[in-house]
Amino acid sequence: MLDRLVPSAASYSGDVDQLILLTTWIVGAWFIAAEAMFFWLMFKFRAKDGVKAQYITGKEKHLKAWINIPHGLVLMFDVVLIVAAIRVWVLIKQTLPPADRTVRVMSQQWAWTFQDPGADGQLDTPDDIRTTDKLHIEVGKTYHFLLESKDVLHSFFVPAFRMKHDAVPGRTYTGWFKATKTGDYDISCAEICGVGHGVMGADLVIDTPENFQAWVTQNTPETALASTDGTDMSASTDSTSATAGQQ
Amino acid sequence: MANHADAHADEIGSGHHGHHEEPGFIKKYLWSTDHKMIGFQYMFTGMAMALLGAFMAYVFRMQLAFPGNPVPGFGVVSPGEYNALITNHGSIMIFWVAMPVLIAGFGNYLIPLMIGADDMVFPRLNRLSFQMFALSVVILIASLVVQNGGFGGAWTSYPPLSANPDYNLTPWGASLWLLAVAVEFVAFLLGGINFIVTTMNSRAPGMKAFDVPILVWTIVIASILFMASVGPLVAGAVMLLFDQLIGTSFFNPNKGGDPILWQHLFWFFGHPEVYVVMLPAMGIVAEVITVFARKKMFAYKTVIYTIIATGVLSFFVWAHHQFVAGIDPRMANVFTVTTVLISIPIAEMLFVYIATLYGGSIRFSTPMLWALGFIAEFLIGGVTGIYLGASGADIHFHDTYFVVAHFHYTFFPIAIIAVMAGVTFWFPKMFGRYMNEFWGKVHFWGTMIPFNCIFIPLFILGAAGEHRRIFDYHNFPHLGAQWMQDMRIFATVSLLVMLAFQLIFLINFIVSMFAGKKAPKNPWKANTLEWTADSPPPHGNWPELPTCYRGPYEYSVPGRADDFWPQNEKA
Repeated sequence: MLDRLVPSAASYSGDVDQLILLTTWIVGAWFIAAEAMFFWLMFKFRAKDGVKAQYITGKEKHLKAWINIPHGLVLMFDVVLIVAAIRVWVLIKQTLPPADRTVRVMSQQWAWTFQDPGADGQLDTPDDIRTTDKLHIEVGKTYHFLLESKDVLHSFFVPAFRMKHDAVPGRTYTGWFKATKTGDYDISCAEICGVGHGVMGADLVIDTPENFQAWVTQNTPETALASTDGTDMSASTDSTSATAGQQ
Repeated sequence: MANHADAHADEIGSGHHGHHEEPGFIKKYLWSTDHKMIGFQYMFTGMAMALLGAFMAYVFRMQLAFPGNPVPGFGVVSPGEYNALITNHGSIMIFWVAMPVLIAGFGNYLIPLMIGADDMVFPRLNRLSFQMFALSVVILIASLVVQNGGFGGAWTSYPPLSANPDYNLTPWGASLWLLAVAVEFVAFLLGGINFIVTTMNSRAPGMKAFDVPILVWTIVIASILFMASVGPLVAGAVMLLFDQLIGTSFFNPNKGGDPILWQHLFWFFGHPEVYVVMLPAMGIVAEVITVFARKKMFAYKTVIYTIIATGVLSFFVWAHHQFVAGIDPRMANVFTVTTVLISIPIAEMLFVYIATLYGGSIRFSTPMLWALGFIAEFLIGGVTGIYLGASGADIHFHDTYFVVAHFHYTFFPIAIIAVMAGVTFWFPKMFGRYMNEFWGKVHFWGTMIPFNCIFIPLFILGAAGEHRRIFDYHNFPHLGAQWMQDMRIFATVSLLVMLAFQLIFLINFIVSMFAGKKAPKNPWKANTLEWTADSPPPHGNWPELPTCYRGPYEYSVPGRADDFWPQNEKA
């Protein structure tokens, strides 16, 4: 249902869509039943000449059932919804499947910077590829993302993934996604973060494995190509954490 | 003690102690201790603030529909101004419209009249309450016009954005906004205590707890909720003010503070607050539908118990605002359970209201149209809340226009539809005259239809991933699509239509106040005690205080000629 409005491009976005569909069926049925009853009663019991209203206290057993049975049904449907909601929640937020690749997502007023581990697949090595407002990922791979903020709260929102999480300064949040479709999608900041909140977007580019490899090769920093391997990895880690800590 | 009693009698007693002295203008309208005048003060201030809040909505909706074009009456909207407009629209509509009109306005005007008292127990505290409130209005207005403009960090005011002027760029606006909110809460705390104490102690002889009209129950329970939840928020507000002004670090992560702490303090108050304004709205609707259906409230006690259950549960749902904010993800499961379960008392309350219509003899006068409109629309607000309480779905919907549409489907019925039901219902009591029925109905349809046209598109936009508080969606390729822009324009045009119809209400209200058809004491043939006082009731309300003999909803009792049975009429 939802993918008619916004594309569905992550392994778990279908689960969210199904949960939303289930909720729509349940609350939709209740809504229609309640409104239908409501309008029928309004019509049926409109004031007519010479007809007096009935005196009903609501303590009558057969009438009480009109409240008690729906009451029980609401509880039953609530349980169904809770179970379905928690299943999706646990899948997205409480499990962390092993990563094929880990990227860092850094937010600040008012830009996104992304750090791809580069050719060696290790973050915080000289061959890391840093980009601003554009995140390149490979389709079909499980990614971990380390979400951080340099200043105020931001929120990493990828509508096509049905995924969102706040970036909190001073904390690193680790989440995951696995893209299932190639293409260009929006990344937006969903938490008000100041005057530039309205321009704080980024592009998500999901590539085929071949194109992604080509992108990595093209964008590996020249300094990293010059050095032989990740020998200065620790120094680089220090400098990154120093940047993160210095606010 | 004697002095105290004298002072009390002096302030409230002129009505039934014989000697009658007409107070001067200031004493009567600005410095009054009469609960009815204080109710009016709150109500009219709230209405004026509603105009301001509506103007803000007009400006930012115009910007969204026609980004970058100058808005007539305002000019070109800058991103900073846009943020200030949405922030203050939210703050004003909740804190300076819904709260003062629903709780303070109707509460002050109606509680003593409905329980058969001559005034509030603490009339001077009541006066102080309004004066604090007036002060908070002044501070809020000041926050909009100071250097660098009004605060633009959203009504939730999350730090570090709100705590540090380097981030929000509005040092004065942010602090004054926060101060205004804190001062206002002191005002409502004073008023709320008065409501609770008055209802506990000043009920008419014979009025037992279960003879109290539902509206009074709801206002008292709302006041208790407010009293129990506002402490953490005021403490949080002071901490945030200290962070802003004297460099403390309660919420500053760089110095060991925690920005999430504010969110807990805010929403521990913020969610019960939703029920603080919702309950009195439900109360108004209960009074109106029983009168116009000529029916006893179906299962009165069930209503009272669901009100209490809602109140208690409302303290255990706050973190559903923070599912994806960085709380422990396991906590989300607990709050999903409590949040979805709160649907039970709310649904039950609505079922009872709908069931009350069964067997009735329904007259569709203007107040009844509003009350029925409340039920029909509030249902939409209720069922869409389920999507947001279900944590898995909230990951997508959080901070999108789906949320905006959802809470407008709860707050608009509360703060506008139920208030209109109340105003049109008690207008004859307040001013001794009827409002015009024809224009009342025109206003009703002219409000309800555009209202749905504004917010139904927003559900769709939100589901499509349109996130909140963005001044121009063309900055996002997917959200700048033409069909989405068309929906935004449709919503904005609907808003213009709805605002235009509010002029009809204003004119009808003012003209009827002075030139409406004269109304008798009890124009709707209602049971509750306020209808036994003169219209408008004098200072002191009754020459002799009424005695209560039965519950408030004895309509169409078999064997009686009349289809109503006032609470004060001897059997």
